[in-house]
Amino acid sequence: MLRLLSIELHKLRFSRSTKIISAVYFILITFIALIASIEFSFGGVNFRIADQGIFNFPFIWHFNTYIAAILKFFLAIVIVSMVSNEYSFRTLKQNLIDGLSKKEFILSKFLTVLLFAVISTLFVLIVSIILGMSFSDKLEWDVIFYDLDYLGAYFLKLVGFFSFCLFLAVLIKRSAFALGFLFIWFILEQITYAMMKWWIFKGTDIADTITQFYPLEAMSNLIKEPWTRLGLVQTAASQLGESFTKNYEVQLLPIIVVSVWTVIFIYGAYALLKKRDL
Amino acid sequence: MNTILTINNLTKRFGTLTAVDDLSFTIEKGNVYGILGPNGSGKSTTLGIVLNVVNKTAGNFHWFDGSSTTHEALKNVGAIIEHPNFYPYMTAVQNLELVCKIKGVAKEKVEEKLAIVDLLERKDSKFKEFSLGMKQRLAIASALLNDPEILILDEPTNGLDPQGIHQIRGIIKNIASQGTTILLASHLLDEVEKVCTHVVILRKGKSLYTGTVDGMNASHGFLTLQSNDMNALEAAMQGHPSFGTMKREADSLIVYLKEPMDASEVNRLLFEKGISLSHLVKRKESLEEQFLELTKKQN
Repeated sequence: MLRLLSIELHKLRFSRSTKIISAVYFILITFIALIASIEFSFGGVNFRIADQGIFNFPFIWHFNTYIAAILKFFLAIVIVSMVSNEYSFRTLKQNLIDGLSKKEFILSKFLTVLLFAVISTLFVLIVSIILGMSFSDKLEWDVIFYDLDYLGAYFLKLVGFFSFCLFLAVLIKRSAFALGFLFIWFILEQITYAMMKWWIFKGTDIADTITQFYPLEAMSNLIKEPWTRLGLVQTAASQLGESFTKNYEVQLLPIIVVSVWTVIFIYGAYALLKKRDL
Repeated sequence: MNTILTINNLTKRFGTLTAVDDLSFTIEKGNVYGILGPNGSGKSTTLGIVLNVVNKTAGNFHWFDGSSTTHEALKNVGAIIEHPNFYPYMTAVQNLELVCKIKGVAKEKVEEKLAIVDLLERKDSKFKEFSLGMKQRLAIASALLNDPEILILDEPTNGLDPQGIHQIRGIIKNIASQGTTILLASHLLDEVEKVCTHVVILRKGKSLYTGTVDGMNASHGFLTLQSNDMNALEAAMQGHPSFGTMKREADSLIVYLKEPMDASEVNRLLFEKGISLSHLVKRKESLEEQFLELTKKQN
């Protein structure tokens, strides 16, 4: 295990672009703190985002994991290129000749994905604790560590997403095309949803039932949008006679769906590689 | 003798094309093997299969005594196929250290092997800054890291300039002299002839011959002779049971031997008949001549 991880890290360590993109990624996560300083006036009323309670424990876990997850695209570039480079440099072939098995090759990539996800999760944990300690109204331990399951969901979301990237990179072999395909896949999910929702199964919930099994949809269902939970938005909505009755909790079904997809992606990448002549 | 590689009835098909057709041969320890064959005869595919990068269609092969998996066995093999493949953004040392990690070898070997291929001065240069000859030498250093039982080289001098070719051949001969088994795939016959003791000849994925270079042809070689009086020389040689067909080529006489005979014996024989030679060479047919002979026979 450690051998495989150290092999992969050796490959990444000397690549300048990998280092830059990873650094940008982690710096951007800390920039979540900057949201605290956003102030604007709206109809003569001054708003400070930090006062809207986004950094209150335990809501901060939901908010920060949601925002940080948007940044995952930066690491997706690293993940995709660390696989596609092996094809373009033909080092995959050389690695196998040198005595790495195809299974070990995929495993070393997957372990790196896990490592990235762990570091990113720890990073969000630390940033959130610091921000929460500075801005939160309540600072009791049981409040601080309530809703920590958002962190777990965040970790799984990254692992699932990066595994998808890994699979696409093995399938398509070129980083630009793999990332392009990822985008196309996202659009396909949206189009098929729209077609089912407004045309094929119009007026029913069947479309929602089906799409929750889509990989990207399930990943996004892991952490739902936190905006409608904000005090400001809630107030505005109630003034308009609306109310949100959404369940914002991390739910079991997306956890299962994303886990299953992760297994499919990693095993799929292995099966593809095994079948191929290099 | 220890067997290093055993191949039994190996077959590989790409769609309708049969690249390797029911191929069988074994590689024994201590010899220098050449895999010969024209382009597209299945050399690289065969090596690809035994090196775990191409999937076989049928048949089987095993490394050493067959007790370990292919990828484990490959840790005791050094191989370079086609182009030298390394990470362009890493230096020579960083690239070799990575190979050490994959093969499970101590990093201390890196400098030692770089010295063998004369790259020690450029060890901290990035791979992408290397010339093709240097890349190829780095690939050899990489293949030697684990002190392999067998070194496999696929077209190691392809695309190199004469100096580079000479350098690589020198390195190969040097390695061979230390007792490492070598398997050299090439379509350059004189290259194989210069360094190999054994050959496997492939044509259209089939093996035409496996064995020693000398044993390829049953002939006993031929003599090239010159004398002041060529007609007397030819007359003197005719009728002797040891000499077969003769032909005049430019100002030399070529005589094929029917039975083994030393050049000194020929010299003495002719001297006794009052003919003094100005030129006498005994030689075997070149590998190229033998190879063409062999592939012709099969047609």
